[in-house]
Parts: sequence; structure tokens; C-alpha cells
Amino acid sequence: MTSHMLLSLALRSAAVGYVLLLIFLPLATLTQQSITSGWDRFIQDLSAPQAAAALWLTIETSAIATVINAIFGTLSALVLVRYEFPGRWLLNALVDLPFAIPTLVAGLMIAAIYGPTSVLGTWLQQGGLTVLYNQPGIILAMLFVTMPFTIRSLQPVLMGLERDQEEAAFTLGASPWTTFWKVTVPSVLPGLLTGVFLTFVRALGEFGSIVIVAGNIPMKTQVASVYVYGEIESYNPQAATSVSVLILLISFVVLLLLERLTRRPGERLPKLFRWSSRHEEPAHDSAMPTVAP
Amino acid sequence: MRWLLIGIVWLYFLVLLVGPILYMASQSFSEGLTAFWTEITRPEALHGFTLTAEITLIVLVLNLIFGTLTALVLARQQFWGRSLISGVIDLPFAVSPVIAGFMLILLFGPDTMLGAWFGQAHIKVLFALPAMILATLFVTFPFMVRELTPLLQTLGTEEEEAARTLGANEWQVFLKVTLPALRWGLVYGATLTVARAIGEFGAVLVVSGNILLLTQTATLHIYQSYVDFNYVAANAVALTLLAVSFAILTVLEIAKARAETTVAEAGAQ
Repeated sequence: MTSHMLLSLALRSAAVGYVLLLIFLPLATLTQQSITSGWDRFIQDLSAPQAAAALWLTIETSAIATVINAIFGTLSALVLVRYEFPGRWLLNALVDLPFAIPTLVAGLMIAAIYGPTSVLGTWLQQGGLTVLYNQPGIILAMLFVTMPFTIRSLQPVLMGLERDQEEAAFTLGASPWTTFWKVTVPSVLPGLLTGVFLTFVRALGEFGSIVIVAGNIPMKTQVASVYVYGEIESYNPQAATSVSVLILLISFVVLLLLERLTRRPGERLPKLFRWSSRHEEPAHDSAMPTVAP
Repeated sequence: MRWLLIGIVWLYFLVLLVGPILYMASQSFSEGLTAFWTEITRPEALHGFTLTAEITLIVLVLNLIFGTLTALVLARQQFWGRSLISGVIDLPFAVSPVIAGFMLILLFGPDTMLGAWFGQAHIKVLFALPAMILATLFVTFPFMVRELTPLLQTLGTEEEEAARTLGANEWQVFLKVTLPALRWGLVYGATLTVARAIGEFGAVLVVSGNILLLTQTATLHIYQSYVDFNYVAANAVALTLLAVSFAILTVLEIAKARAETTVAEAGAQ
């Protein structure tokens, strides 16, 4: 064995060992804990009224936040890429801000401006919309922390998208609406799916901002992550384990699905997190949509 | 149509991002600068800032070392189980911070083998600094690896091979060829790590026990103040972290532009 081979073997063992200890071992412990307590217990924990309510609320608000994020994220990405307008560079720079702001601080900001102590919050409340300690607050918090996902996954694809395809459709008599649905959407679909799925997974697990704005009333505004936290604090690791395992399962299935939907043939590394790897060739990506509409 | 769309996007940013930030900034100073200064120089707040800085620094150093190592191994070596390891690295993105913290509690609890072992050795892991560092390492690990792996793949091995042919040893190749090419990617990954480490709340809350002046980080101090209805203190410390976020954002934007230039240059060669 040469020294070069020894070196690469040593480096590989160190990297793999580190990843296994840091990430795999904790996950395996949780899984083992759940399996030991058995299937019946799992179902029993999940069907406890408070747990079931928290899970439903989380899935429901995450789904709503994902849809809103997909619509406004697509619109924002389109406008930021296509149009010149006052403040464009500012908005473009601000998109990444939710990644840099602590989620707890995000929660405080939303609570302050949409709470009953502010003019806006009072006005909304008089209009019949209670944001704080209510579902809209939870959705708003989820939207804040997931804001960059859709915009950042779509922007590079839109920039690489050949305008001539759209113009050709236009020349052939398609309306702007038809062009958008038949030409733009299919080409950007992989990017959009990435943004949407990441948004959903992130929203499912969000804690810091929601714990502030939701009020955490059991059966009403308590989301799953807050429920898990409550069970840990009240020394009930069993219930915390079951709910955690279910959330993790949903997240992993969503991510696996995303991977299957967006993986290009022959691709070596999973590209789950395109928003962080900006070294793509979007032109190539957009020319060959991997997912047929 | 065009101006309508631009208007909607501006409104979306205003409602979600700009409005809340500006409102919070105005609120924090509503009690005056002196109150703001008193709150952020309180011993509890200062301790929180120091602890957050400590954890961030340790996590950053470990992520720089192990993140670069893992990225190098993933980008340069072929081995059995490689794609599995690559998939495992992405998992922390999908794990709720509270669950991440909970997993550490299960792993190091007094009933487990590891927990009992550390207990006998009189090393306090849970509700102490080690668990807080582990929790932060868990949630930040993907940033560096996901930034560097594609960068390494784009850069290729030609220059490294050339250096080897010229008689450089592996360490020299790494220091003189690989590392300089990676520098803006490293800065970008490091900045994301720092941002997440400073802002981490859920995972740290669960494993730290939130003990005043002992395991209370800056974010935990904000949370405690908020729960105790001390909104002035919560807002003051939150605004300080917000200012840090803007500094982080600036570095991110610069590093992003530079990293793209590096990739473009590598592509042109």
C-alpha cells in the first residue's frame, strides 16, 4: 500500500466517521427508541388528542404557507429577473435576509408589528383578522423563514431561460397567459419543485419564530415542534419520540420525492439543496425539463 | 400589468420583511437610547453574547476543518457508500431544531450507554457547553460541505496534478493550490455557519436547560425576557442580533459574487 493510498484512506475514515457520529448516531438513537416502544405505542401517542391536533395544525399551516410562498416566490423571482424598477437591487439583496436573521428575532418582529399593541395589529383586529396567537401568525412566521427558498431556486433558472422560446410562442399567437403556462412553467418546474418542497419541510419543523407568535394554546395554536418541546420539558420522552419520528418521516419522504423528481440522469451527488449550490448550468437545465407537466 | 406585478412584489416584501424590521427597530429605541444601552450591557445580556460568541467560534473552527475534509473526500474519492454519506449530510436541513436537540437528549441521557460513560468520567454533556456545541454542529454541518463539494468538482484536479508532478507533497498541494481556489467558497460557507450558529434557538434551548448566567445564549436570553414580559430587554438584544444579521448579509453578498467569479474562471480555463 502506498503512502498516498494510506492518506486517502485515513481522510475518508475521518470524514465518514465524523458524519456518522454527528448526524447518523443521533438519528439512529431516536429511531431505535421508537422501535423499542413498539407500533401500538406509536399509534397511541399520535392519536392522543393534543398530539393529533398539533400535527394537523402543523401540516395544514405548512401547506398554506407553501402555496402562498410558491405563488409570491414565483412572482418575486420573475419580477426580480425580468424587470428594471426602483429598489430592485435592494429587494434582491434582502431576499437572503431571512437566512441571516435568527428565527426567534423574526418571531419577535412579527409579534410586534401584527400584535394588539401596534396600530396595524389593532386595525386588522377591528377588521376581524386576529394575526397574533392565531393561525395567520403561524403562517406568517413560516412564510418569513422560508421566503428565500422559492425565489432563490427559481432565479438562476429564469436567468438562464431562453427568452426566444417565450417570444416564439408569442409570435405564434399565444397569449401571455398561455405562454406562461406552456413555456415558462415547464422549464422552471424543477427549480420550482425544489423551492416548494424545501419550503414545506422547513415549515414543518419551524420552532423559533412560531413559539413567539402562536401563543401555543394546546388543541388550538400549538404546532408539532412546540408540542415536542413541551413533552421534553414535562419529562415525557415517549410522546416526544413518536411525534418527532412522524415529522421526520414526512420530511424525509418529501425530500426523497423531490430528489426523484428533479434528479437528472447520470447525476452523481444528490442536489437536494440547490439554493446553496449556485454552480449550476441553468441554461442546460431549462432546455431539458426533467419533469413533464 | 408590469407595474402592477412590481407593486405586488414590493408589497409582499413590505408586509413580510421590511415592515416588521423597521417597526422593531423603531420600537427598540422607543424607550430611548439609554434604556437600549442598559439592556444590552446587563450582565445577563453580556453573558449571553459571550456564550453565543464562544459557541459560534468553536463550531466555526470545527466546521472549517471537518467541512473541508468531508467535501474533499466526497469530491475527490470514489468509495462504497459515498452517495449514502452524501445523503446523510443533507438530513440536518430536514430535521426540526427541537428534534435535533431531543435526539441529543436521548443519546446522552443518564440511561444510555454514552450518557452513563460520560457520567462516570464526570463530564457533563447535557445542560452544559458540550451539548450546546454538538447541537449547533448538527444544524450547521451541511452548509460548508454543500458549498465546497460542487466548487471542488467544478475546479477539477488538473492544477493539483500539475503541482504533484512538480514535486509538491499532498500537504503543499492542499495549502498552495486547493485552499486558495476554495477561499470564497469557504467564506460563504463560514458566513452561513456563523449566521445559523448565532441564531440557533430550538436545538440549543432543548439541550442547554436555559440556565441563567450559565447556559443562556443571546437567543435564549431574548426568549426568557420575552416570556417574562420584559419586552424592552427582548427587543434590545434582538435588535443587536438583527444588526449582526445585516453585517452577515453583506459578507454573504460579497462572497457569493467572488465565488461565482472563481467558478467562471475555472470554467474558462
